[in-house]
Amino acid sequence: MADTSSIKGDLRLSNITKTYGDFTAVNDLSLTIPEGSFFALLGPSGCGKTTTLRMVAGLEEPTKGTISLGNTDITYTKPYQRPINTVFQNYALFPHLSIFENIAFGLRRRGIKDVKPQVEKALELVELSHLAGRKPTQLSGGQQQRIALARAIVNRPALLLLDEPLGALDLKLRRQMQIELKWIQKEVGLTFVHVTHDQEEAMTMADTIAVMNEGEIEQLGSPADLYDNPKTAFVANFLGQSNLIKGTISGNDGDNHIVDLFGQKISLAKNRSHAVDNSILAGIRPEKFRISRLETATSGNLLTGGKIEDVSYIGVSTQYQVLMPWGQELMVFEQNDDAVAPFSVGENVNISWESGFTFALRGDEDAEAGMEVEPEEIIDEDE
Amino acid sequence: MKMSKSGISSPRTPYLLLLPGIGFLFTFFIWPIANLAQTSTQTPVAGGDTGSYEQTLRWRNYIDAFVENKEQFGRSFLYASLATILALAIAYPLAYAIAFKAGKLKNVLLVLVVAPFFTSFLLRTIAWKQILGEQGFVVPTLRSLHIIAPSTTLTSSAFAVVAGMTYNFLPFMTLPLYASIDRIDPRTLEASGDLYANGFTTFRKVTFPLSLPGVVAGTLLTFIPAAGDYVNAAILGSPETKMIGNVIDSRFFKIVDYPTAAALSFTLMAAILVLVTVYIRKAGTEELV
Repeated sequence: MADTSSIKGDLRLSNITKTYGDFTAVNDLSLTIPEGSFFALLGPSGCGKTTTLRMVAGLEEPTKGTISLGNTDITYTKPYQRPINTVFQNYALFPHLSIFENIAFGLRRRGIKDVKPQVEKALELVELSHLAGRKPTQLSGGQQQRIALARAIVNRPALLLLDEPLGALDLKLRRQMQIELKWIQKEVGLTFVHVTHDQEEAMTMADTIAVMNEGEIEQLGSPADLYDNPKTAFVANFLGQSNLIKGTISGNDGDNHIVDLFGQKISLAKNRSHAVDNSILAGIRPEKFRISRLETATSGNLLTGGKIEDVSYIGVSTQYQVLMPWGQELMVFEQNDDAVAPFSVGENVNISWESGFTFALRGDEDAEAGMEVEPEEIIDEDE
Repeated sequence: MKMSKSGISSPRTPYLLLLPGIGFLFTFFIWPIANLAQTSTQTPVAGGDTGSYEQTLRWRNYIDAFVENKEQFGRSFLYASLATILALAIAYPLAYAIAFKAGKLKNVLLVLVVAPFFTSFLLRTIAWKQILGEQGFVVPTLRSLHIIAPSTTLTSSAFAVVAGMTYNFLPFMTLPLYASIDRIDPRTLEASGDLYANGFTTFRKVTFPLSLPGVVAGTLLTFIPAAGDYVNAAILGSPETKMIGNVIDSRFFKIVDYPTAAALSFTLMAAILVLVTVYIRKAGTEELV
């Protein structure tokens, strides 16, 4: 086998386009993934994230553009000549081989004679040393997942690709594996590129997230950046939930804009606005809102004239739907940790929040973009 | 009370369901086999008519029959092996292409594989006689390309017999191979490529081992009937290509030597059984899932 160990460095996708007939799966995508990072490609089914991953793995050829690893162009390199390994969505373990032989597969193909120490170390890393002699079908889903990970990691690739690796596991196991994967990535120090439709999974694990939609990257940044200051309605709605209210910039006050929301004035930091003109969508995350009874003093931004429409108690918090005078229902998550008596349906209330939490999007955006997608329900990925 | 009558089956039901099958097998398999077994040790009635035999428990019939026909036995297993290997070589790429590359044509191709069954086995074999005959296109083409000498003919040869058998048993090889290749998850092949295996290594280490159940089933379905076949040798062969099936045929119906024919039948059955058992053991313990 060709020696691929010298190829390493940042992964660079330049102007990658992939079309199938009339359908554009990935559209002029450029992206740099730094060596050693845990990078997530996040997006709904059909957004092109799996296609992107398959092009990096060499399982698909881009229609246009180049892929390079460090200084080496790998756009048309065969998968078996790339120092890249993949953890496949349904693991794709070899059913005819033992767990030991599954993990040893890559090492043997590269002509390594004594595979035992490395395979045993990989098994130890995923804590399944006692299963070395079994066949894949004798393992549970969670165990198969770990073996798939061990089979890839044992090769010490320059890049490890994870294609919805936790998609088939139940919620509790998934949460546990998220923490473990993060730990393993730190332990082995490899570059991980993780594809998922689960925003919580991406936020838990990744250093950097690229949110993809319709073959393009909507926004790229750290989980906190994306959540606190989304650039588009799609990101605001796909990553957590957002209240987006139509408004107009009506004046300035130092570093802040004065914004008119259906006749009520609020303030917005200028550097948190992605609007291009005076028409904006003001965004506030539901947990940033505070509900107050009419006579209570508040600080920061204030919207008056609300009426409680619905109350759902979910343990750590209570979720309220508050109907505003202009007919929009706002979502409010209140922690159940203060002395304020819970609000009941029909109560007239005001809503307030720290003005620093406000973000603003372009006013011509679809306020519901990214909302119709219910990420947890998508099981099958874009094929 | 009503429930037990209408809903819950009685413990006798499984036996009742088995009855037609057992009855059929007993009448048309076990009884004739027993009959054949007792025929195999008979000897001619002294001074009796042709075809009248009596039971004398003469086990030497087996040895005599085998020694007399060991050449035909050898030929049967040789031809059957050749036909099986050729059928495997032709059917494997075909089944692989249908399973992985055919796309929308998959079902059409499967129908085409089975299509020869719509014509009688005999007719198809006779057609091969035409194809390989002096008037067919094969012989003149091969002669003009100097692949065979001008005097060489293809009919009435071992070549024709093996070719006929290969053709006739091809669907029996293709279908189980297809079934088992089609079940392979293409992602395991992608995983193999991802783990530094090139195309050939992927075939050797992943595709072929995973298709082994189909290979075993296909080779058995081809080899077993081919070893006992007599139609191909009768129509496409010559006295020099006689197989054991032809010997049994002529002993039974022409020479009316029932004991020898019966002894040969049992010897053939035993030989196939032993070969198949060894084969399954070998294939089974190594890589069969």
